[in-house]
Amino acid sequence: MRVAEDLNAALHTLFEACPDLYLLGEDIADPYGGAFKVTKGLSDKHPNRVLPTPLSESGIMGVAGGLALAGDRAIVEVMFGDFIALCFDQIVNFASKSVSMYGQRVPLRLVVRCPVGGNRGYGPTHSQSPQKHFIGVPNLSLYEMSPFHDNATVFRRMLDHGEPAVFFEDKILYTRPMYADGHIDDVLRYDLIGDPSVARVHIEDPDDFRYVVIAPGGLAHRVMGAMRTLFLQEEIPGLLLVPSRLYPFDVEPLLPILARAEHIIVAEESVAGGTWGSEVAQSLYSRLWGMLRHPIRLVNSADSIIPTAAHLEHRVLVQENTVYDTLREACA
Amino acid sequence: MDVIVGNRGVTAGGVSPLADEDLGLLLLIRHFELALLDLFDQGKLNGTTHTCLGQEYIPVVLRPLLDERDYVFSNHRGHGHYLARYDDPAGLLAEIMGREGAICNGVGGSQHILRGTYMSTGVQGQSLPIAVGTAMHLERGGQPLLALAYIGDGTWGEGSVYEALNMAQLWRLPLVVVVENNRIAQSTPTERQMSGTIADRARAFGIRHHRITGVDVEAIRADLVPLVAETRHQNRPLVLEFDTYRLGPHSKGDDNRAPELIREAEEHDWHPVYAARFPEQFDRISAVQSRRVAEVVADVTARPLSTWEQ
Ligand SMILES: Cc1ncc(C[n+]2csc(CCOP(=O)(O)OP(=O)(O)O)c2C)c(N)n1
Repeated sequence: MRVAEDLNAALHTLFEACPDLYLLGEDIADPYGGAFKVTKGLSDKHPNRVLPTPLSESGIMGVAGGLALAGDRAIVEVMFGDFIALCFDQIVNFASKSVSMYGQRVPLRLVVRCPVGGNRGYGPTHSQSPQKHFIGVPNLSLYEMSPFHDNATVFRRMLDHGEPAVFFEDKILYTRPMYADGHIDDVLRYDLIGDPSVARVHIEDPDDFRYVVIAPGGLAHRVMGAMRTLFLQEEIPGLLLVPSRLYPFDVEPLLPILARAEHIIVAEESVAGGTWGSEVAQSLYSRLWGMLRHPIRLVNSADSIIPTAAHLEHRVLVQENTVYDTLREACA
Repeated sequence: MDVIVGNRGVTAGGVSPLADEDLGLLLLIRHFELALLDLFDQGKLNGTTHTCLGQEYIPVVLRPLLDERDYVFSNHRGHGHYLARYDDPAGLLAEIMGREGAICNGVGGSQHILRGTYMSTGVQGQSLPIAVGTAMHLERGGQPLLALAYIGDGTWGEGSVYEALNMAQLWRLPLVVVVENNRIAQSTPTERQMSGTIADRARAFGIRHHRITGVDVEAIRADLVPLVAETRHQNRPLVLEFDTYRLGPHSKGDDNRAPELIREAEEHDWHPVYAARFPEQFDRISAVQSRRVAEVVADVTARPLSTWEQ
């Protein structure tokens, strides 16, 4: 099953199970079913709870916040992640603050679905990875879609938590297959560890690795491609860790693994500077200092807006070869 | 409707008799706000606060028109809104002073209050889409309930106001927007920050707009009863624009309006009008409320600091 289909099925399951769940967004109604078709079939089945909205990103985030405040559950689809900037006030200054700023716990069951990332030629205003702008906001969790994590389970978790969450969906994943049963290809295997689960991608033996890459779901294929090549060409085994929840990110359960790595690399598509990757690196430095054998390496896109033309876009964004070069240089 | 308004203000004869309860509430809010400014002068309050001096009659008018289950969204100038909904000056003062018994444990302070279906926030315009969301929840619930949001004239500069109005009318939701048009936003006179009129802006969305002048609580209320009922029972959004005056500073001690503008505000104050029209009732109730507020101030000031389990 493709990732977008799994996500769509997850939303259908949630809508059957939760009579108090609403979905708001632009062009999400049938027969169109959303810009990426993730909401297909939902408005036909649940016309009163799946609400196509005007072009009002801030407004619909507020309406969802109001529904959540009144005790309902709400999911908002932001058509392209770049536009989440228009929702910033409602997410950061209303939804997340309201959880605790009234001196009491106010549960807000609210998920913002946010398609992100480039490599699809959508150009500067439709390709950004805005994760970093939402790091470290009290009472706000950040999740990222991955081909390893069952979307229904992740959505259940986000909605039951009682605090708003942003769910980043790297658009590149929509047409990729979901993985099941621990098998990726003839070289790579995976399993899920921890809670909330982190996917651990390995080569044959999960305890045999020289480096560990930590990366969100959208980067998984690029990292796996680099891992595969490095193993086939140089017989250097590595490990990839893909967390479902980016923030808060509990590195504690992963420390036994990370302490054994010769090299640690954190990869993400955001431009460097105040990013998730640097946040992860910082928390690893403070816990693994004295055990680290090399500085932690970060992989980011170039400090640039994202061009439209494929050859220019390719140069700016993190690619499989960017990751490969970093791994190779580290392990040289 | 137009209550009798002369060029020099509301005439003493222009107000109808008022029940003790209503006059008591008006005067409670007035004494509460004056006490706050006094506490500020004594250096006993932290941060800032915005008093509703001159505008107290607006939530008093609306009080009996609201159901306890209606959502009310207030703003930075919300003490009157709160006191009209909950007869709880001690809780509010404790919140503002960070003392035991504070409504929100002192975390929210003057501008951020949550109690039941009452909520205020310090970000202008933010509450309108939220009010639309709660109005949707109420409308789906099938009870004739509504969401009401107070905003100032200055807040009509915020885009979220228009996104919210559009959706409220598009989806036929029970939303009342109460505009306290006090002719000024912080230090900027309305004519320097707003083009056109609020009436025309509401009309652009096909939303009913009603402008209210004067300070006759009973008359205004009677005028509003059918309008609010229509919102409640027919899900017809409504913009109520109160033509009002801000008597005091924006926040504590920051008034640089010209003396004639301050005088104009004073001439439109409800306080001397009711005092002159119903002197016996007024003095009797004012004395009671003045004493009550003084007691609340003494009581709350002596309380231990609030605690908050994060
Ligand atoms: C989004 C936002 N911008 C600016 C402010 C600062 N501020 C607080 S009140 C105010 C003026 C509001 O004017 P108005 O809406 O007319 O209400 P009034 O103070 O007159 O009651 C301003 C600029 C704010 N709180 N929120």
